[in-house]
Amino acid sequence: MGQTLSVRQLEAWYGSNKTLKGINMEVASNHVTAIIGPSGCGKSTFVRCINRMHETMPGTKVKGEIVLDGESIYDQDPVALRKMVGMVFQKPNPFPSMSIYENVVAGVRLNGMRNKQNLQGIAEKSLRMAALWDEVKDRLNYSGMSLSGGQQQRLCIARALAVEPSVLLMDEPASALDPIATTHIEELVRQLKEDYTILIVTHNMQQAARIADSTAFFLNGELVEHGATSEIFTNPNDKRTEDYITGRFG
Amino acid sequence: MNDYFRKYKNLMMLTVFIGATIIALIPLFGVLGYVVKNGLSALNLQFFVNLPKAMGLPGGGMANAIAGTLIMVLIASALGIPIGILAAIYLTEYDRHSWLSTAVRFATDVLTGIPSIIVGIVIYTAVVLRMGNFSALAGGLSLAVIMIPLIIRSTEEMLKLVSHSIREAGFALGISKAKTILKIVLPTAAKGIITGAMLAVARVAGETAPLLFTALGNQYWSRSLNEPTASLPVQIFQYATSPYKEWHQLAWAGSLVLILMVITLNLVARYAFRSRSI
Repeated sequence: MGQTLSVRQLEAWYGSNKTLKGINMEVASNHVTAIIGPSGCGKSTFVRCINRMHETMPGTKVKGEIVLDGESIYDQDPVALRKMVGMVFQKPNPFPSMSIYENVVAGVRLNGMRNKQNLQGIAEKSLRMAALWDEVKDRLNYSGMSLSGGQQQRLCIARALAVEPSVLLMDEPASALDPIATTHIEELVRQLKEDYTILIVTHNMQQAARIADSTAFFLNGELVEHGATSEIFTNPNDKRTEDYITGRFG
Repeated sequence: MNDYFRKYKNLMMLTVFIGATIIALIPLFGVLGYVVKNGLSALNLQFFVNLPKAMGLPGGGMANAIAGTLIMVLIASALGIPIGILAAIYLTEYDRHSWLSTAVRFATDVLTGIPSIIVGIVIYTAVVLRMGNFSALAGGLSLAVIMIPLIIRSTEEMLKLVSHSIREAGFALGISKAKTILKIVLPTAAKGIITGAMLAVARVAGETAPLLFTALGNQYWSRSLNEPTASLPVQIFQYATSPYKEWHQLAWAGSLVLILMVITLNLVARYAFRSRSI
């Protein structure tokens, strides 16, 4: 089951550069929320704050509050938090030293699960959810690097799902993929919202329109507008949103 | 006219490059060929199983020196490889930019280029004089001191090749930093790290100067790690500088064995553990 997220007055810095300037946002559970905006608007930083990855870079700072399922994430241990908030990165990044199977179960296995039957069950379930099982079931011991780019990205999604998070953050998950692989990922996202709260950063407005229930438009570190996707794309409240989605800048 | 000159200059430069390459290769193959030619005739089974014999007696060998070299390289590896790798992990994964790692990095660079005889004399003063005798332990220690900076540097380079996104993927799965490094980053860089370690082993296997000061040499089997121990390079040095022709022969054979050991290590490191992709 997905969880709701509320973000209050979130500010973030890279060194002296303030990339988020007070974000307030409610993210509905079991929804796909798309984050759109031009490069450098802070959308990646925003999702990286939600699993506290932003702080792992040297010279960064965060202020404000993010509440997940009634509890502030800054009161939690970041390592434990990241088991609840999974992340898929822009470029597929399977672990090069591991097989397909080992990649999928890496999260649970390195956190102590030893039972082989359980692990195999988790691997199959996660790969099925990521719509990859049929393609790889006969070669689970092959290196994860032997897969195509789109398959690698679904492998990374399976790897994130195996930890059973309630929120899934996707940072431009299809931007390095060809159109067919992109279609696969988009179908997958639509299915996954049954069980997860999904935040997806995208450069591609058509993609947001296709898959997101609600869309948030970021500009220069501020949240300009957030609402139902159909509203944002047909009848935006803010002039800047309209300019962006009609292609006048960005 | 211009065209003619361009082609002429091109031909001239090509001749210069080829000439320089040949000149550079002459000493390389000259050394190898000379050692093989002289060493092969003196190499036989007795060389590998017998102790050195007094001048005039036939059938002397260098069994104790071969064993001594292996033992001291083993001691050096047991000390140097883990220390070097662990230090490199600290420098790359935990403390890349502080003044401490900058200082350590500078020190390893200096140590990599330091003449090995200086390491020998330091270990001689610090260890041999205090323990009161030359030993395999002191010899192994001096080789380890030469090895550590080499291994730190090569391991660091290999760890830096592992993309940052691999580490982030580990963290994002709720895997602790220590486990991410140990179970994900290290295995990814393992082949390169092993290659670097083997090349460092090959490098110290042929060191002579530090062993002169620390292990000294021995015409017999050493019974413990705490007594003077023979090694191939030192034995070669002693035999080659003696006035006897038979000993010169043995020195050639020893040189050949040493070169073969180093070449084997190099080949294994380069081909068996060559990393396919990082």
